Amino acid sequence: MSTVFLALQTNEDTRPIIEAILQDNPSAVVDEQPAMVKINADGRLVVRRETIEELIGRDYDLQELQVNMITMSGNLDQTDDEITLFWKS
Amino acid sequence: MDMQVAKKKLGLKERYAVMTRGLDWTPSYQKMEDIYPCIAYEGIKIHDWDKWEDPFRLTMDAYWKYQAEKERKLYAIIDAFNQNNGHLNVTDARYINTVKLFISGISPLEYVAHRGFAHAGRAFPGPGPRVACLMQSLDEIRHAQTQVHSISNYNKYYNGMHDFHHMHDRVWFLSVPKSFFDDAITAGPFEFMVSIGFSFEYVLTNLLFVPFVSGAAYNGDMGTMTFGFSAQSDEARHMTLGLEVIKFILEQDPANVPIVQRWIDKWTWRGYRVLTLVAMMMDYMLPKRTMSWKEAWEVYFEENGGALFKDLARYGITMPKCAEQIALEKDHLSHQAWSTFYNYAAAANFHTWMPDEDEMAWLSSKYPESFDKQYRPRYEFWREQAAKGNRFYNKTLPMLCQTCQIPLVFTEPGDPTKICYREVDYKAEKYHFCSDHCKEIFEHEPEKYVQAWLPVHQIYQGNCFPEGTDPTAEGFDPLAAVLKYYNFENGRDNLDFDISEDKKNFDEWRGQATKNI
Amino acid sequence: MQIDLRTVSIKPLRHTFDNIARRIGADKPASRYQEGTLDMQQTANFHYRPTWDPEHEIYDASRTAIKMADWYAFKDPRQFYYGAYTLARAKQQDTAEANFDFVENRGLASTLPESLRDTVLKLLLPLRHVAWGSNMNNASVCAYSYGTGFSQPHIYQAMDQLGIAQYITRVGLLLGDVESLDEAKRAWTEDDTWQGLRRYVEDSFVIKDPVELFVVQNVVLDGLMYPLVYDTIIDDVLSSQGGTPVAMLTQFMTDWYAETKKWVDATVKIAAAESPENKQILSQWLTAWRDRAAAALLPVARIALGERTDAVMADVVQQFNARMAKAGVAI
Repeated sequence: MSTVFLALQTNEDTRPIIEAILQDNPSAVVDEQPAMVKINADGRLVVRRETIEELIGRDYDLQELQVNMITMSGNLDQTDDEITLFWKS
Repeated sequence: MDMQVAKKKLGLKERYAVMTRGLDWTPSYQKMEDIYPCIAYEGIKIHDWDKWEDPFRLTMDAYWKYQAEKERKLYAIIDAFNQNNGHLNVTDARYINTVKLFISGISPLEYVAHRGFAHAGRAFPGPGPRVACLMQSLDEIRHAQTQVHSISNYNKYYNGMHDFHHMHDRVWFLSVPKSFFDDAITAGPFEFMVSIGFSFEYVLTNLLFVPFVSGAAYNGDMGTMTFGFSAQSDEARHMTLGLEVIKFILEQDPANVPIVQRWIDKWTWRGYRVLTLVAMMMDYMLPKRTMSWKEAWEVYFEENGGALFKDLARYGITMPKCAEQIALEKDHLSHQAWSTFYNYAAAANFHTWMPDEDEMAWLSSKYPESFDKQYRPRYEFWREQAAKGNRFYNKTLPMLCQTCQIPLVFTEPGDPTKICYREVDYKAEKYHFCSDHCKEIFEHEPEKYVQAWLPVHQIYQGNCFPEGTDPTAEGFDPLAAVLKYYNFENGRDNLDFDISEDKKNFDEWRGQATKNI
Repeated sequence: MQIDLRTVSIKPLRHTFDNIARRIGADKPASRYQEGTLDMQQTANFHYRPTWDPEHEIYDASRTAIKMADWYAFKDPRQFYYGAYTLARAKQQDTAEANFDFVENRGLASTLPESLRDTVLKLLLPLRHVAWGSNMNNASVCAYSYGTGFSQPHIYQAMDQLGIAQYITRVGLLLGDVESLDEAKRAWTEDDTWQGLRRYVEDSFVIKDPVELFVVQNVVLDGLMYPLVYDTIIDDVLSSQGGTPVAMLTQFMTDWYAETKKWVDATVKIAAAESPENKQILSQWLTAWRDRAAAALLPVARIALGERTDAVMADVVQQFNARMAKAGVAI
């Protein structure tokens, strides 16, 4: 499987999001760079709304993620509940 | 209240469908081909526009909300950066030359992208792609403007940026990025989407932005880092659009596959040639290096692009064939480019210099196969000459590639000692190329590329002097006249960094900030 | 390294870019609107002709019959560059959101008299297609017009119209359901009431002259439709019949029109003031398309106004003529 990744700005908004992503994707690997956190995963990475909401204690709209997103790779599918990055092969 | 019927709550996908797809209708008072005249001539066959998958489903209200949040943050930081003379916090004044390159070479392209996506959005009959393209058109004017606004403060204190619009349309090396985007926007709407939406945004944008932005971060330029990251947050949306475009076109009809493959081949190469400027920026212009060009290419193209093309293999799409040549060039590209700009320092709107000993050591370690053998001796020679007061400024105009418009300075694939020349005879004229790939691009569409406004040819034809210049006058200095046409301030905007006003001012200003004088 | 720079006072070499200084006549600090707008579009040494329009350059002032010595004579009185634009819309969006919440949470939609609700659904929902048409037309003007001073507001206008189409959709979902949207689309494509307007919109799709298209869409059609539908029918007539919640749901459109009208008027005024020839052309376009638009809107207005339609329409046209006269074009 090829690697998919998501890179976010390092700030207070993204700290719990990164934590949530790592909870939901145990095999994901964090790569910290200046002002940026890149999360790599093998073939598939899921961002779940519920996990984030549990960590931040308020309602969260996954579209808010766009404010802090720097780059990504893979195909993307988004619903109300989760964002999935994936390669098909 | 008893009339209140429990309404089904629509999910994101259904909601977005009624918010966009439902707006469209089939016209009957005018013919489809008159309303959408650009859609057939490229030979792409679309049977069902509704098969388009919307990647991010942003309605306008959400768009305004989130984008306004980004803008608020961005301008707060720009203001703070300016108020605190943040420019004096950069590593050293050499860094500022990357900003000059960016504003005169890249920012104007963001503007062309804005107009190009408006054109593509207007051209496509399907509401899915239209909305995505128009949203990107709106984002692109954002990028053009936030860049101008961020860099505006640098222009107040440093040279070379003061007339960047004028320069972009005229200066010899800026015809490289300009002709790239002119090529894309003058192509049909499908090719535009593959060129910019896919090849540039998806395949190559990480190579432009991540090194540039993290370069800014490494070198203490918080203003540029902020606009860069802020722009990148839109880029994630653009990348998914680029990938969706490709998948959509390929799934619509098998006859589309070879057309798209040719475009991917062409635009990966065209884009790569433009990135030559980024390569030399990474290896030479950032006082504090992030990663080498070669490393960036390996991570963002070979590894990441490899995953992408593996994914697209199910449609019959293969890795662009130019990737092989690029792999051969990656040990040489930035060095050959920097040597060229060092030569032509009199005719560029930024300064060049020779790397110091530490930097040479870094280059040796990053390029063990090539640097010490091919480039270090050359640099040492130039450095010696400069020390003797013979700083070399090349005044002979170079031959340009008809397609990418870069001077013919690149070497044969696999032989770094021999300059690569290719030529084609077309309608009794001879055309020159830097590579087989540029030559092939020309041969496929000669009628397009013969139109190219080649700066060197234009200078020789007398088209690059200020109005009213008399080239037959006694003592006429063609170079001085060309620099006037560029609106360069000779001696301030150009020449070697060591003798520049930028260096002098920066040292003095920083001295004021750190010492009691 | 972090340096404390508070005490440093250094003198800038220049205050703005040369092109801005040339245009504003001096090297002095320029606004973000100016730096983000003036000369943004390339003007010289284009490399290739568009394969989709080989008769013209990429940006070509001759795509329109209107002639300007300097296309940067056009200025947006709102001074919208992207940042100013999005902040303005985000604020309006906040208000709209609060209004929708208010109507929704208090169940105000179900307090509307049945006949009034029907009228709103019949009148308002097909207009989402008109807004969609405007989105496309404004994209067209943005793509093919000359000079950022003129082209820039059109991308904002295009996206505003998409936003309006989406707000109307939400009104439809709140007062009705997905079927109401389908029914409105059927009416838009089939019912006699809407065919004049649909023909107007579809005919505008094939206009190649970007300034004419600006006139046909933003000056004429919006100039008659918004005062008629939002200012008169919804805010006035229906509100007096218990339809205030509807006026809350369309407040975005009312405010938006009041704001964009300033830009539209300024644009007409600048083009007309340039030359008698421009004034003549504008007057022809305005007259011909005004008559078509007014005729097309008549059956639409009748949905809500019944017998008062002709009188209200005459009034709206009257006001439009006065507005254009003020902008310098007598029609």
